[in-house]
Amino acid sequence: MTYRGAKLAVLAAELSAVVGPDGVIADRQRLRTYECDGLAQYRVVPGLVVLPESAEQVVAVVRACAALGVAFVARGSGTGLSGGALPHAEGVLIVTSRMRRILEVDPANERAIVEPGVINLDVTKAAEPYGWYFAPDPSSQQVCSVGGNVAENSGGAHCLKYGFTTHHVLGVEVVTPEGELVWLGGTTRDVAGYDLLGAFIGSEGTLGIATKIVVRLMRTPESVRCLLAAFPGVDEAGAAVSAIIADGVTPAAIEMMDALAIEAAEAAVACGYPEGAGAVLIVELDGPAAEVEHTFAAVRQHCTAAGAFEIRVARDADERARFWKGRKSAFAAVGRISPDYIVQDGVIPRTVLPDVLRRITELSAGTGVRVANVFHAGDGNLHPLVLFDEAKPGEAQAAEQLSGAILDLCISYGGSITGEHGVGIDKACHMPRMFTTDDLDVMQRLRRAFDPAGICNPGKVFPTPRLCGEVPGKRKGVHPLQAAGLAEQF
Amino acid sequence: MTAGAFDDHHPPAAELIKDCVHCGFCLPSCPTYLLWGEEMDSPRGRIQLMKAGLEGEPLSESMVGHFDACLGCMACVPACPSGVQYGTLIADTRAQVERRYERSLSQRLLRGAIFWLFPYPRRLRALRGPLALYQRSGLSRWLRRTKLLDRLPATLQVMESLIPTLTRRQQLPQWVPAQRQRRAVVGMLTGCVQDALFPDVNAATARVLAAEGCAVVIPRGQGCCGALSQHSGREDEAITFARALIDCFDAAGVDYIVVNAAGCGSAMKEYAHLLRDDSHYAPRARAFVERTRDISELLAELGPIAPRHPLNITIAYHDACHLAHAQQIRSQPRQLLHAIPGLTLTEIPEAHLCCGSAGIYNLLHPKPATELGDRKARNLLTTGASVLVTGNPGCSMQIAASARRLGHPLTVTHLASVLDASIRGVPLCDPSSAPTTPAHQNR
Ligand SMILES: Cc1cc2nc3c(=O)[nH]c(=O)nc-3n(C[C@H](O)[C@H](O)[C@H](O)COP(=O)(O)OP(=O)(O)OC[C@H]3O[C@@H](n4cnc5c(N)ncnc54)[C@H](O)[C@@H]3O)c2cc1C
Ligand code: SF4
Ligand code: SF4
Repeated sequence: MTYRGAKLAVLAAELSAVVGPDGVIADRQRLRTYECDGLAQYRVVPGLVVLPESAEQVVAVVRACAALGVAFVARGSGTGLSGGALPHAEGVLIVTSRMRRILEVDPANERAIVEPGVINLDVTKAAEPYGWYFAPDPSSQQVCSVGGNVAENSGGAHCLKYGFTTHHVLGVEVVTPEGELVWLGGTTRDVAGYDLLGAFIGSEGTLGIATKIVVRLMRTPESVRCLLAAFPGVDEAGAAVSAIIADGVTPAAIEMMDALAIEAAEAAVACGYPEGAGAVLIVELDGPAAEVEHTFAAVRQHCTAAGAFEIRVARDADERARFWKGRKSAFAAVGRISPDYIVQDGVIPRTVLPDVLRRITELSAGTGVRVANVFHAGDGNLHPLVLFDEAKPGEAQAAEQLSGAILDLCISYGGSITGEHGVGIDKACHMPRMFTTDDLDVMQRLRRAFDPAGICNPGKVFPTPRLCGEVPGKRKGVHPLQAAGLAEQF
Repeated sequence: MTAGAFDDHHPPAAELIKDCVHCGFCLPSCPTYLLWGEEMDSPRGRIQLMKAGLEGEPLSESMVGHFDACLGCMACVPACPSGVQYGTLIADTRAQVERRYERSLSQRLLRGAIFWLFPYPRRLRALRGPLALYQRSGLSRWLRRTKLLDRLPATLQVMESLIPTLTRRQQLPQWVPAQRQRRAVVGMLTGCVQDALFPDVNAATARVLAAEGCAVVIPRGQGCCGALSQHSGREDEAITFARALIDCFDAAGVDYIVVNAAGCGSAMKEYAHLLRDDSHYAPRARAFVERTRDISELLAELGPIAPRHPLNITIAYHDACHLAHAQQIRSQPRQLLHAIPGLTLTEIPEAHLCCGSAGIYNLLHPKPATELGDRKARNLLTTGASVLVTGNPGCSMQIAASARRLGHPLTVTHLASVLDASIRGVPLCDPSSAPTTPAHQNR
């Protein structure tokens, strides 16, 4: 047995004392079921998997790891799309799927307290009877965990009006990488001192493990209206989006799908979108009934003026759910029209949407790689789905290149390399394109303040020489921070 | 392919496994994931294990354990946006496991006993006498009171708790003429468990079909459809049963084959896949599948002609997994129930979740099955309904047993019995009101 193997064996024994023998997985075949998250092209079989059931158990697990200097990675439902929960071969994967109690629903104080493994949609289900809901609604809301949402600062279709997870979390109980149990934020809207909670949300599991989350609840809107508008192409649909926003309307959501994405959704869930549409928009408005009625009419008008050839208005909750079904299942549905695909995630200023889409179409035509487009149009958050067949030589590489080129495009238009899926392992190498060395150093210092030993989800978010090879931004010589003994490169 | 878990005879297909994009959307639909919260007992994890098996991982005890723990409820199939054919994957996997993996002696004995008994209507019927005696003699109550029952092996305890109170069994005739105009000639599967333990349901099914204009052919000596064997990976046995049943109903010359047990219906609709290598039977199997209908499916298709009488009851309808998930039959039974005047239909929370019966799953895995059964019963009790209607005998027994255990005995009945009561204008669940014609008495 190697030295590291021996360490893991010691840990396995210690951890079974903490979480019980059926909470520790050490058998290779079982471990293999945890080798990847929602981004299946990166695979690493974890050294060990633990399934704690309480914050106290997480503390004990993290302390045991820290004592032996073993790396650990948190995982919720494993739906992340940037490889954030990719395990460490010689480390421990700490999975929160058994921490799924909703501890408190307190409508009077507009909040609920949940464990990190609770499924996003289950928070809304628990609050619904009181007339409240949890606003962040990633398309994966039926399965992703609130802990994962916090780590990724996830958003969804309704972020346009309601913001991301960070706007809906009041406090988090965190086990720090050194095994301390601390609260960041609290149970009220604002707390004194530095906004450490803000730093933690979106930290992709690199600053510790959330063990309790105080989420803010929102009142279920009095009225919701939803329409589906079909356009000849994305240009017309994009123009409609700009016109609606320019008019001062803030819809709860504006989502766009192009022809290829529609084809996939039809194949998967038979959503019955208007035939012959080159693009569809789903526009949803919510709020007080009178206001919604008024703005809804304006939205319809803008769609028609921009060239919509069919507009359907949802008559009831069922029809509204049908409109959304096509959109919400679009990523996974692409599996119906292509054996493999990359889900890209980039952000651009909304006004350049038509330009960027045209450039993507050109790139696609130039390389022969098909791209289906799904996006949160109101936010300028693009999700190009780059299609390929791994079995065909060269296709994977061409898709990878195109997908990277799309990110470059986003950056060149003043946008970002991720809107909501995070950096994880997948985009770590792109970070130097967006940030200067100084920026990255500051981030690294923050990370080290939480995790001096560098054992908490190492290798994610920041570029490492091994991961990124010769990509731009690779440093030469010893880094000043390293020389000063403040940081290690990992 | 010698290394690895599977041999060349229909391993789980790599192309089907590839359809899985690892999105996890199926996780919350899976009962075992809900119970244990671990990846290898989720659909995504099981598919990953199949993949590992194809890539060379051996068929180990732990791998087999996770395949065995799958209820086969198929809730993951409609939940999957990528259209992964999990049903086919797990069926092929189970057949490999049965062929290539040697279970412990006690497991082999238990399975041997189950498969000696259940797929044989005559053997099951032979048990009716002793069982009725056991129930009526007070022995059952005595065993319970003295807690002697708790000393029995778990599987026997479960079996004991499941058996419904037996009613008189009527031997059905081989031919029941259609009332009113004749709209179809249908063959009726009487089943094994349905026939032995719920003979009223079969009688009601025949009466409802006749009232709705179907001439009913009930071939004597029809065997088992092979559902339990098929769903447990006993491929050869399942094939033998399937061929015999195809022969039987082909000879009957019927337009449709009607089934009132969800598990049987879903297995029969798999015959084309099961017999895909059999050049003689494959085309016949396809034609057989074309003609196979669940009772609710056929009645909804034909549309009602028999007038309904009011039934002033509140019922909850339970989706049997093998109807809702495996055959996509959800609206038809509800539509038929809604059409009964006076009847109030309620929905059960977590409707998609399996009750834990799952063929012989509750006999092989009593603990998780009981947890699921109790969860279903608790959900059901929140509806306030006094009657539960479902389309599968296994579910009926499982949920009734859980409700009894929770101290809330329930009337559990079949859709056919409700329709029969409404058509005949008699109260539901009053066995004394069951007419003795056209059948004669027989125990
Ligand atoms: C089909 C599909 C659609 C999606 N749609 C959207 C979308 O619309 N919007 C969106 O934002 N995302 C979307 N996602 C991505 C993903 O669902 C989200 O990032 C989600 O928040 C991840 O949650 P999870 O529980 O699966 O986390 P995991 O994938 O398990 O983990 C994600 C990251 O969080 C960390 N983490 C997990 N739990 C904790 C914890 N308790 N404490 C600290 N760190 C933790 C992990 O280390 C990892 O870095 C989609 C994914 C899929 C597959
Ligand atoms: S929902 Fe379908 S594609 Fe997604 S993980 Fe489950 S089986 Fe795979
Ligand atoms: S068939 Fe049922 S138990 Fe088996 S994996 Fe699918 S959902 Fe889970």
